[in-house]
Amino acid sequence: MNHWLPIEWTMAVRFLREGRLQTIFIIGGISIGVGVIVFMSAMLAGLQANFIKRVLTSQPQIQLLAPDQIARPLRNGPGEIEDPAVQRPSQRVISIDQWPKIRNQMQAMPEVVAVSPTILGSVLAIRGDASRSVNLSGIEPDSYFKIVKVPDYIVAGEPRLTSEDVIVGIELARELGASVGDKLNIRAASGATRVLTISGLVDLGNKSANQRICYAALRTAQSLLGMIGGITTIDITVNDIYAAENIAQRIQAANVVEADSWIKTNAQFFSAVQAQQNTNTLIRLFVGLSVAFGIAAVLVVSVIQRSKDIGILRAMGTSRGQVLRVFLIQGGLLGFVGSLFGAAMGAFALVYWHSVARQADGTELFPLILERSLFAYTALLATVTGLLAAMAPAVRAAKLDPVVAIRG
Amino acid sequence: MASVILKLERVCKAYNVGLPTETEVLHDIDLELNHGEFLALIGPSGSGKSTLLNIVGLLDRPTSGRLLIKGQDTAVLGDTEVTHLRGHTIGFVFQHHLLISAFTARENVMMPMLADRGYPSAEIEARADRLLAQVGLEKFAGNLANNMSGGQQQRVAVARALAMSPDLVLADEPTGNLDTRSADAVFELMRQVNRDSGTSFLLVTHNMDLARRCDRIIEVVDGRIRA
Repeated sequence: MNHWLPIEWTMAVRFLREGRLQTIFIIGGISIGVGVIVFMSAMLAGLQANFIKRVLTSQPQIQLLAPDQIARPLRNGPGEIEDPAVQRPSQRVISIDQWPKIRNQMQAMPEVVAVSPTILGSVLAIRGDASRSVNLSGIEPDSYFKIVKVPDYIVAGEPRLTSEDVIVGIELARELGASVGDKLNIRAASGATRVLTISGLVDLGNKSANQRICYAALRTAQSLLGMIGGITTIDITVNDIYAAENIAQRIQAANVVEADSWIKTNAQFFSAVQAQQNTNTLIRLFVGLSVAFGIAAVLVVSVIQRSKDIGILRAMGTSRGQVLRVFLIQGGLLGFVGSLFGAAMGAFALVYWHSVARQADGTELFPLILERSLFAYTALLATVTGLLAAMAPAVRAAKLDPVVAIRG
Repeated sequence: MASVILKLERVCKAYNVGLPTETEVLHDIDLELNHGEFLALIGPSGSGKSTLLNIVGLLDRPTSGRLLIKGQDTAVLGDTEVTHLRGHTIGFVFQHHLLISAFTARENVMMPMLADRGYPSAEIEARADRLLAQVGLEKFAGNLANNMSGGQQQRVAVARALAMSPDLVLADEPTGNLDTRSADAVFELMRQVNRDSGTSFLLVTHNMDLARRCDRIIEVVDGRIRA
């Protein structure tokens, strides 16, 4: 007997050891449950991180736009409306009013990580006889690349954007028969034209986007789109991606801009992420419950099997509290030991599945994320579940009438 | 005059009180046990001997009447105080040995001391070894309870009953499951402890030969002490 170990711990361990087969089976059950939780949590976290990375590194988390232009009813005088019917005006592409001031305000917000002014417009990309309508994004590379990781998507050339450069999608380059170093004629609706050199090709993982994307330096795009000194959007990334909608609403309330968060513009994607999280939580809850019932069932049987021992211990002067602790400790130990084996099983299954499950192009289906906090959290959760599950059997053991218990 | 360890005054015990099936198993029991006395309690099966022993051992409470242990009225004690008094004053030896199978002989003997102190210690181990030597089982100290004969287990149970140096040992047919030789050995062991340490014994038995070797015999019939 260990002299530093309270007698309740020794009793709990000996009882578990003596009921070896029972203990092995329940630890096996707990391990499988914990393994499923670890596997599901880590895999879903990886998948989610992958999805979010793909979505949020190819678009800003919040986009500030000039507000809609509206027409007011024509009035003759105070309270006198000449014509109440108001037709929605066509929306001209206009610059965000006082955008440098708004940008500075955004940069001062603690939740904001990066801010970048951008100008967007439709232009024609012409090479020889081929021409395609494309979306021209005029950007400041230093700040924009912190929001959209364009350099990560470069598949040929480099992410360089001088006033003479243009970065285009790989599908657009293919359709125009162009490659890095070739010249492209960019023509705006106003007739303004610039000849730019392709410095890089990007693959955003979406064919439609790759057919239409075209990055140029902010000043080049401003000149082409006839909006010198103006911008159409301010792109923003924030610390907490899930707080983007709240932050967007606050920005919109405080400034004369329209603020769209990624949550609003990707409502379907966001609800898919939420549904995935909810499913994961439900799976964890039900697996946890089945583990808890398993532990409780084994301990209830153990209390019945040990009723004579409990009776004799009570006759020897063991208090109800000591008996209660013996069974609580057993529950906690089962949960803890099961969580260790389960975490190992879950991690092993995850590593194996990560090596086997591949996307069509051979890249990983999800990044392997095995955080220590997941294991610590799972071990804690399983131990607490074990303790809670042991509560009813432990109380039953503590309340056993020694006379009845000894008589069996 | 010898001091009184145990005193029962008009103790009654009934089950299912207030129900149509109410059954009174002990009626107005008056009994005194002196320090150092070795008392045999005899009677036919179902006469109430074990119920009486459970009440005396503070495992059960009387329906009416008073139980005094070392002059202390036990009716006023709460569960914690009763557990403490039982652990420090009374030792038990049961018919079916009732050693805890997950522990060795030494650990079983240590158990009452561990329940009291909470942690094992060298002192507790040494006392358990002395007690096992006293019952002639020092060589079996490390044996698990299930790896010993019935007689050996009962001797371990006697050693365990003595662990807290109790004033009173209650033995409920301790020799009932043993052959004559083992039964005689266990009885002699208890008698020896009684003589050497002055511990009082209340022995429930069906064995009249053993009962006659006790200081006094009390017969319980139909829940009453026969004069």
